Amino acid sequence: MPKEYRFIGKPTPRKDALDIVTGRARYIDDLVLPRMLHGKVLRSPFPHAKIKMIQTDRAEAMKGIRAVLTHYNVPTWQTGIPRHVKVLDSKVRYVGDAVALVAAETEEIAKEALDLIEVEYEELPAVYDVEEAIRPNAPQLYEEFPGNLLPLDVPTFGPKTLSQVVLGDVEAGFQEADIIEEGVYSYENIPNPLPIEPPGVIAQWDGPKRLTVWSATQSASWHRFIMQSKMGFPDIRAIGTHCGGSFGSKNYAAQPLFYAAALAQVTNRPVKVYYSKEEHFGTFSLRLGSRFRGKVGMKKDGTLTAVSGTWFVDTGAFSDMAQAQVAVGCGEAQLMLRCPNWDLKTKLVCTNRSASGVIRGFGGQELEAALMPVVKKALAKPDIDPVQFIKKNYVKPGDGYFWREGNWWVSEGMDYSKAIEAGAAAFQWKDKWKGWFKPTAINGPKRIGVGVAAHGNADVGEDESEAYVRLNPDATATIHVSVAESGMGQRSSLCKMAAEVLQIPLEQVQITPVDSLVNPFDFGLVGSRGTYAVGSAVIEAAENARQKLFELAAPMLQASPESLDTEDGMVFIKGQTDTGIPWRRIIGIAQTCTGFGRFEPDYSKPNFLILFTEVEVDMETGKIDLLKVVAATDAGQIIDPPSLNGQIYGSLGSAGIDTAIFEESILDKKTGQILNINMMDYKWRTFSELPEFQNVILESGIRTHRYGAVGVGEIATSPGPSAVFMAVSNAIGKTFTDYPLTPDKILAAVGKKHGE
Amino acid sequence: MDKKTKQEDPQEIEIIVNNIPYSLTIGIHPDQVGPSDTLAKTLRETLGLTGTKVGCDQGSCGACTVIMDGLPILSCLTLTIECDGRHITTIEGLQEPKTGKLDPLQQSFIDHTAFQCGFCTPGMIMASRALLDNNPSPKTHEVKEALSGHFCRCISHYHVLDAVLSASKKGG
Repeated sequence: MPKEYRFIGKPTPRKDALDIVTGRARYIDDLVLPRMLHGKVLRSPFPHAKIKMIQTDRAEAMKGIRAVLTHYNVPTWQTGIPRHVKVLDSKVRYVGDAVALVAAETEEIAKEALDLIEVEYEELPAVYDVEEAIRPNAPQLYEEFPGNLLPLDVPTFGPKTLSQVVLGDVEAGFQEADIIEEGVYSYENIPNPLPIEPPGVIAQWDGPKRLTVWSATQSASWHRFIMQSKMGFPDIRAIGTHCGGSFGSKNYAAQPLFYAAALAQVTNRPVKVYYSKEEHFGTFSLRLGSRFRGKVGMKKDGTLTAVSGTWFVDTGAFSDMAQAQVAVGCGEAQLMLRCPNWDLKTKLVCTNRSASGVIRGFGGQELEAALMPVVKKALAKPDIDPVQFIKKNYVKPGDGYFWREGNWWVSEGMDYSKAIEAGAAAFQWKDKWKGWFKPTAINGPKRIGVGVAAHGNADVGEDESEAYVRLNPDATATIHVSVAESGMGQRSSLCKMAAEVLQIPLEQVQITPVDSLVNPFDFGLVGSRGTYAVGSAVIEAAENARQKLFELAAPMLQASPESLDTEDGMVFIKGQTDTGIPWRRIIGIAQTCTGFGRFEPDYSKPNFLILFTEVEVDMETGKIDLLKVVAATDAGQIIDPPSLNGQIYGSLGSAGIDTAIFEESILDKKTGQILNINMMDYKWRTFSELPEFQNVILESGIRTHRYGAVGVGEIATSPGPSAVFMAVSNAIGKTFTDYPLTPDKILAAVGKKHGE
Repeated sequence: MDKKTKQEDPQEIEIIVNNIPYSLTIGIHPDQVGPSDTLAKTLRETLGLTGTKVGCDQGSCGACTVIMDGLPILSCLTLTIECDGRHITTIEGLQEPKTGKLDPLQQSFIDHTAFQCGFCTPGMIMASRALLDNNPSPKTHEVKEALSGHFCRCISHYHVLDAVLSASKKGG
């Protein structure tokens, strides 16, 4: 049974709830600075071309224009891994690549000026397919990356960055196998995580070395600690506003920052660059393309004996952090598939389409979606129940795995079997599962099928966090931590964690604004690290502050600090609440009492989520309806029930579950254009099409911090695509090789021609 | 008024926003409302009412929804010059102006944590307000229908449905 707490585990109003429901929450486009200019980007109509000539005179002469920049006169900053992405280049590599920048008094003038810039291009052949791009004679995107292959190191992960999974002896593993299945599977929808708010940045220089950046981002401080080194080490102050959704994609906004900062530097004025929805669709952070070509070996009882093959990862026109996603993807695959013999190689390839970025799922979802269909094909032969397979093969305490930095970790986490069973019971899996490629029910032309998949990530303890907790004499506390609000409710949850330590009302705990000038280091809200990693730093800081408070109070109460307790702003000897003295007498008005906490990375506690799905396929139209979803997990201890439920419902959004059936960016391989860069043509799930959705969340406690909680939000999208892929296969008794399963593919699979 | 005078006299329109009348001059100067300005732009940039959010500026996401003469409209697809004499309610107009008391729907959204990032929330609340004004006890499918044009990528939908239905039962 979970422990009873005052705030932890109870639904409490979000700290920013009033601001949100009254429209007072400020997002980046609500911010207007004095003398602020608007920046706009001229973009390439060609997927691959050299810029032969740019003529900017007419644009520069326009009234209200303050700057026009081209590759001739932009700063020499470079981002990407390794550094290869310039502010502007003499070459364009995708439709939508930046060609010139303008800053103007109004947005309208800036847009108009773009039309006055004349550009002459020399078109080059383009390549879009990940395996074609690495063939000899393929068009080359970068001189420094022959064969369009990117190096796989991530400098911050160190010299052993995980770029493959090689373990045991796969030859021997295949010898032992009763079943060997192989194939090529593609998860290459390149969907857009599509937060409702487009990315935006305001940049302002105060002298040549001091830059202030406002942004609507999930991990705003990246604009300081990541971008400093890429811009010649200016002193960057990173400030965050409310963030209108991110799902990884707006952890930071390197390109908008480059554009705004370059224009701000040359004009000596603040400049806002706020993307239009078309720019957001066409030029910002798509999911990685993922193709698995390989095979798996398995015994009749579902014991995996070998996994081998190549994971082709398509990052598009450049790599923002694709290498880190390759590393984490390789790590996560081992959590899902306990197997003694691995030979999984990876190739990271650039192609002529808008680049992939950081997206919820972070390599793990992409690899799972492409790798699992071949595993499931193997399971079908001896007709092994996939739920039993997941239970048997999900990493257990004591099992080891290589993680992103290349070290071998042994799980000290949980056995999630109970969560698997609870989810299966809630879904009525045993009744609905009829065997592989068999429908659960047939209703006239409609067939029902079920599918399941599980996912896990050891990133819950990734990277470093620091926090201060300052106790004020009026019995309030201030948390100094660099955590943004992009929808997870993590700022509120951290307040709950501190309020619980300090035993003061939640209203009396405040958290500092996102501002690198006032907060200590935090890596940001990436992965599912908010609960364990950031939470640990805040809890430690609160405990440390409380300890200091007790040390101040001890002489006044003539007792040892260890014998003291505090509640509602009073400190007293344990068990003697009448001995109490208030914080204001202990601290006084002339001091504060500040504690510090720090978290060091820990990859030994993987989280887990299993997703059961039920679909209905119309054999006459090919349409697929998602009827029901049950998500099951063990969160150790829930911090805030509505926030956690919301995170898990999020599997329906942000390029998650629906990438199995309808979500995709449609790339026209003749022109390099993405054809559906608006919200009518890009399909998204509406209120009218909500499936029945049930969350089953166990609270068994896990050895993380004071509250025994583990984050799980980020992985909610990851098992969705392969679960639904399997449900559709079971409904109609056919297998598929690539996502999404659009009606035309369904009709082709059941032998119907279009229009029949 | 003949054509000639029309061109010479700056045209004025009056829009009533949250019960406050605003006289706006149409023109191309910085202090005027442009003929191509959308209502969303006027609300946000001319009147400083930034509670109305613009998600797509293409009329497809519902974030910019405000209530005009009792009906929900997309302010990014409505030209301000079309709004002469119209009564418009934005998210800023839902609170009781003197007491600051929240609209029951706003309170219900807080109580149900019916948002994640919150960017789509003002639009959702305005559409729900218009629904309940016209249909005080909607069925679940009617709430879904009324909100079907509202994009929420975080998936706050389930919490929103609870919040709206709960407010409707209270006679919101």
